[in-house]
Amino acid sequence: MSNRKINWYKYAAPANFYPLAGKMIPWFAVMTALLFILGLYVGFFVAPTDFQQGEAYRIIFIHVPAAWMGMFLYVLMAIYAGVGWAFNARLASMMATAISTTGAIFTFISLVTGSLWGRPAWGVWWVWDARLTSTLILMFLYIGFISLQSSIDDPRRADRAGAVLALVGVINVPIIYFSVQWWNSLHQGATITARSFKMAPSMLAAMLILLAACWMYSITVILVRVRYIIREREPESPWLAEALA
Amino acid sequence: MSAYSLPSMFGWLVWRDLILAWRRRADVLATVFFFVIVVSLFPLGIGPERETLRSIAPGVVWVAALLASMLSLGRIFGNDYQDGTLEQLLLTPQSTYLIVLGKILAHWLVSELPLVIIAPLLGLQFGLSQNSLAIVVVSLLLGTPVLSLIGSIGAALTLGLRAANVLVALLVLPLYIPVLIFGTGAVQASVGGTSPQPYLLLLGATLVLTLVFAPWATSAALKISVE
Repeated sequence: MSNRKINWYKYAAPANFYPLAGKMIPWFAVMTALLFILGLYVGFFVAPTDFQQGEAYRIIFIHVPAAWMGMFLYVLMAIYAGVGWAFNARLASMMATAISTTGAIFTFISLVTGSLWGRPAWGVWWVWDARLTSTLILMFLYIGFISLQSSIDDPRRADRAGAVLALVGVINVPIIYFSVQWWNSLHQGATITARSFKMAPSMLAAMLILLAACWMYSITVILVRVRYIIREREPESPWLAEALA
Repeated sequence: MSAYSLPSMFGWLVWRDLILAWRRRADVLATVFFFVIVVSLFPLGIGPERETLRSIAPGVVWVAALLASMLSLGRIFGNDYQDGTLEQLLLTPQSTYLIVLGKILAHWLVSELPLVIIAPLLGLQFGLSQNSLAIVVVSLLLGTPVLSLIGSIGAALTLGLRAANVLVALLVLPLYIPVLIFGTGAVQASVGGTSPQPYLLLLGATLVLTLVFAPWATSAALKISVE
């Protein structure tokens, strides 16, 4: 047993995290590119054509990972924001800020691709289906978080206010989700759940590979963004001058 | 000052806010008139058919109540923040939770209760039956406190910011959605002849939940905004 303790908090300091992130970014970027190429190849050339929906179903390969990422990243953002607030860890708060943009982009992609898919599958661009509606509301929650943070000039206050909002949002997400589902069953509009088609293994494989690709992409851009945030917030710090020299 | 016990402090705070609101009656009335005008716009935009109006009435009344209550959110803490009262209140040894709860109660009495009182009149214009009108009132009575409670979080977070009013809308409206769904659900059920009870119970549950958690979040947000 070694006496050396690993200092887990070492990389919570921007001075140590900044160079580490810089070293990690190329690796994650390469993995992103490889996984995207592999996933898209499997999705477009290996996966069979769906007998019900034809070729149009292939949009799930980007739609489903984007929707999942939108949800995961919201929770992740709230966790980081909460950690940053509770332990006064400014790097965690910066991470939350960096995650929020990526999460909002993925949520937006999932809405757009869902609508593009809805047109051939359901015949309409948009239905007030429970899932679509709650994704739309998730998008609103992201917009609220981003606009709150960007309208506060003091970064410390922006971090903490964002944390309160993100945590309130996370508590509300299940309530919103279930209330929207009940609302939907009440109105019983043009709901079509044509999602229950069976997946060939290669379809599932393509989707999971692209999910991994989206994760790698998120990590890459979040690290890049968090480095910019560090540089923006601590422009005077001596270690930054060294790192940039 | 230290002679104030907790309950009397709470009562004093509510009473003070009520007096302040009374001195600025026009502000309160503006919210009520906004509510009335928004509701009256819908028949003009949609057409005077009775059946259509009756079917949209629950949603219209509730959405208008949401918007009207949002308009008045800036007043919960805004004036006290500007003249420094809020800082002094937070410095008192009393629990912030109760101070916040008192402010929210006063806001509800001043800005939301008038809407609840006037709502049946508007429902009448939309051809709602007496039974449904009663449900409108009950659902609003249960739901509007939730609006004040959740809204106070947004109001505290945006204290003293540029364009705080627009920002509050962005933050708070998505969180209002469950209340809107349960509230309109109750009225719609009674219009459609089924029992509104499940929706009212859900509204009550939401009220209890927010009553416990929202003032706590609001106090945290206030401390962030004021320091």
